[in-house]
Amino acid sequence: MSILIDKKSRLIVQGITGRDGGFHASKMKAYGTNVVGGTSPGKAGEQVDGIPVFNTVRDAVKETEADTSVIFVPAPFAKDAMMEAADAGIRLIVCITEGVATLDVVEAYSYILRKGARLIGPNCPGLISPGKSLVGIMPSMIFREGSTGVISRSGTLTYEVVYNLTEHGMGQSTAVGVGGDPVVGLYYRELLEMFENDPETDSIALIGEIGGDAEERAAEYIRDHVTKPVAVFIAGQQAPPGKQMGHAGAIISSGSGTAAEKIAAFEAVGVPVAKEPGQIPALLKMLH
Amino acid sequence: MIPLKINSFNHMKIHEYQAKELFATYGIPVDKSIVCRSVEDAVKAYTQLDSQKVIVKAQVHTGGRGKAGGVKLANDEIELRRHAAAILGMDIKGFTVDRILVGQAVNIDKEYYVSYVIDRSTKSTILMLSKEGGMDIEEVARTTPERIHKFVIDPSIGVPDFLAREAAFKLFDDIGLVRQAAVIFQKLYTLFVETDASLAEINPLVMTKEGTIMAIDAKMTFDDNALYRHPKIAALNEPTEEEKKEQSAKSKGFSYVHLGGEIGCMVNGAGLAMATMDMIKLYGGNPANFLDIGGSSNPTKVIEAMKLLLSDRNVRVVLINIFGGITRCDDVARGLLEAFHQIKTEVPIVIRLTGTNEKEGRALLQGTHFHVAETMGEATRKAVELTNQHQD
Repeated sequence: MSILIDKKSRLIVQGITGRDGGFHASKMKAYGTNVVGGTSPGKAGEQVDGIPVFNTVRDAVKETEADTSVIFVPAPFAKDAMMEAADAGIRLIVCITEGVATLDVVEAYSYILRKGARLIGPNCPGLISPGKSLVGIMPSMIFREGSTGVISRSGTLTYEVVYNLTEHGMGQSTAVGVGGDPVVGLYYRELLEMFENDPETDSIALIGEIGGDAEERAAEYIRDHVTKPVAVFIAGQQAPPGKQMGHAGAIISSGSGTAAEKIAAFEAVGVPVAKEPGQIPALLKMLH
Repeated sequence: MIPLKINSFNHMKIHEYQAKELFATYGIPVDKSIVCRSVEDAVKAYTQLDSQKVIVKAQVHTGGRGKAGGVKLANDEIELRRHAAAILGMDIKGFTVDRILVGQAVNIDKEYYVSYVIDRSTKSTILMLSKEGGMDIEEVARTTPERIHKFVIDPSIGVPDFLAREAAFKLFDDIGLVRQAAVIFQKLYTLFVETDASLAEINPLVMTKEGTIMAIDAKMTFDDNALYRHPKIAALNEPTEEEKKEQSAKSKGFSYVHLGGEIGCMVNGAGLAMATMDMIKLYGGNPANFLDIGGSSNPTKVIEAMKLLLSDRNVRVVLINIFGGITRCDDVARGLLEAFHQIKTEVPIVIRLTGTNEKEGRALLQGTHFHVAETMGEATRKAVELTNQHQD
């Protein structure tokens, strides 16, 4: 199975005529993702790597029956793109764009919820169900089909962990990068629930970082609802308080959101925390 | 109950007097006050304010100014001169006070707390209120969370009359006061949204002995990602020296945070960069900085990043940790060779390359003066070892 995306997912690329949109549309198509179309206002009728371009998401959905969209438009237009997708009936919206204003995300997220759709991102690398579908910018060659679910707030750190998993013969069912901003769509709790219910996932790697309290709440959720083995890595133990570490969401404020608190929360519910990213495969194998 | 987290550090700050000017523009009542840069200014303000008692407050981008002696009540001109002279030039947590706000002393009957803030867990703006005004709100949240009221705002309707009233009834019983407060809550929300604030806080909002409700302090921070559409607010930015360095890095496409250790790090990706700092510490070293050069790693970016790294005199060893995803490792290696052809440095450099085409990438670096490692563990151990050798 996998979660969220599989071979049947029908993807459109919003902003497909832009540099990043076009580049990654081709990459996704080459991987085997069912890329059925793209949008760029005023460019209907054009093609990008054989993918038809539409003026609006509504046109694209009507013509192609797309159910998933990935957004590459510049930050000032991301809110509109997310809402356009939701309004046209897209079920899963993945926003790659970085630097989107927080209140734009708040507004778009609220609209997406009302339309009954799901959001991943913004400021995220997207997701992949290896061997089935890639939606986003993840380097597909490091992934292998398998049964470990991966959830992460980071990009390259996720790849580091996935690379280690693959090297140790542990493929992935689905890997999701939820995004590094303070307000993003799907998060640990929802994804843990999906992996717990996915028959093809038998273990979960969770990669967290400083800032907020989502890891603490994930630990509670695991204690109460997750039966599958989970191993965790938390980045940012050396981060000084009050400093933004690249991700807008990665910031420690007034003694809350520190790596130490997060690690303690997981250890308190019996979830092992890796000291370095390379330890995750061994921890998961030990739990099996 | 949502745990209380106020994140105001990764956002642009403004001074109290600037926030009060914004408040006034939006019709939120504030005490009458004048910003001053000298004792003479303060004396002039004193005559203009036409009030026997005035309050003198340091204007700095940090909290705790009261405890530091940066807020004083003056009963006459002599006291005003004394306080103004003492506060101007004062150092509060590393900030030198160059401006003070002189304001009419208000007859306070009661103090309250009001703020709008973005809440990660509800993915919404929330309105927070408390009768415990004038105190450290995070402390109130820790010790007596039941004394904080929260309202999640639906962005599609904002703060309608009923919601503003419902909130105001949490603080006041008298309908006259409820009406005054409700309007303030609505105006503050409009200001919050229209300026893309990340925090708009009144602590305290006061009820005067005369029965008026007004803000006697004002704190606002703004979302950096939205400053492009608020040039007037962006113009109020007063970055510290450290922030300037960080902002200059940001304009070149990477993020840099100075930490003070001996091992300079250059990493692609924020999460991996944090993990690299953690590993250095785990293996007994001290990271000099956090430096994320972003997804791509072209030579120009590497050169700029290295210059920034090496401008830190404490750096004894440089650790480069690159995960080649879309950018292949052999391209990264060629970029590094090109970059270091231009940068001459005696500082030993450890490079760890992993990901797509890693073998080809590492092969290109063999036989050069770089120390090449395969895993993060190996690279970190090497960097710490080299630091210890170069410590004399």
